[in-house]
Amino acid sequence: MSIDRPFTIAGVTFGSRLIVGTGKYPSLEVMQACHEASGAELVTVAVRRLDLSAPKERSLLAFIDPRRLRLLPNTAGCYTADDAVRTCHLAAELGLSTWVKLEVLGDEKTLFPDVEATVSAARRLVKEGFTVLPYTSDDVITARKLEDAGCAVVMPLAAPIGSGLGIRNPHALRLILETVKVPVIVDAGVGTASDAAIAMELGCDGLLLNTAIAGAKEPVRMARAMKLAVEAGRDAYLAGRIPMKAYGSASSPLTGLVHGA
Amino acid sequence: MQIVVNGERRQVPEGTTVAALLTALSIEPRRVAVELNERVVPKARHAETTLGEADRLEIVTFVGGG
Repeated sequence: MSIDRPFTIAGVTFGSRLIVGTGKYPSLEVMQACHEASGAELVTVAVRRLDLSAPKERSLLAFIDPRRLRLLPNTAGCYTADDAVRTCHLAAELGLSTWVKLEVLGDEKTLFPDVEATVSAARRLVKEGFTVLPYTSDDVITARKLEDAGCAVVMPLAAPIGSGLGIRNPHALRLILETVKVPVIVDAGVGTASDAAIAMELGCDGLLLNTAIAGAKEPVRMARAMKLAVEAGRDAYLAGRIPMKAYGSASSPLTGLVHGA
Repeated sequence: MQIVVNGERRQVPEGTTVAALLTALSIEPRRVAVELNERVVPKARHAETTLGEADRLEIVTFVGGG
């Protein structure tokens, strides 16, 4: 069996193609168990004001083992390039790393990205030395602009953030996969394990999700399901699926039947 | 003098430094990043950065997100 090429972002190789979030879990303990079950080695975090009335509250980072998980701060909630760049500066000071998940939103209802502002912020951040992983639409032209801007990967959505609508436009993702050389990571929209498998069967390099696990009835079980689905989907992609045919094609020999001639 | 911390007005003594403010608020410096008037103040400079009237500070940390 051929060996898969490693999943590498900006020179760093990860043992899992699944990237998970840290938001919306029922508790930090459940989050930690989900991270473990998912096998993920990269987790997203958000940057927010400290609650000054409770400065000693349990820290999220107390539940993330830095020896096993690398942090990927996001710019979630930013609607302008300026706010996103500002958030990245704070994230770098907090996390002592220059890796960022760039997210510049265009609309509160769809949470679709403002791709123009995203490309502009990406250019600035790359120039400043950040390793930029941008959340983007499934538009191939934008993906190419982000690659040209020097982004380490491109992360097209499969459906709106948190919607669980699944892989709505596999054709658009295929065009991006054909066009860019940097890793393509599906970010947002996955609802269940089959969605994750479909993304990987298309040939995507990785998958980023949060709500599908955190919002499941049994988050830890869903985390394991996603791990298995990403592995299964990747294997199926590498194995190469059979062509679809319009009619039946028997799997058992057509000769030697006992009722034959 | 008056400053604004995380969007809230606060009274602090003249000559307060970023480090002194964090101590007064019982905040562990390694858990936060501090921005003064929209520019990050690196941890190494908390002790030498003195606040002025109407300064705007943001004290942020990592929280759960996707």
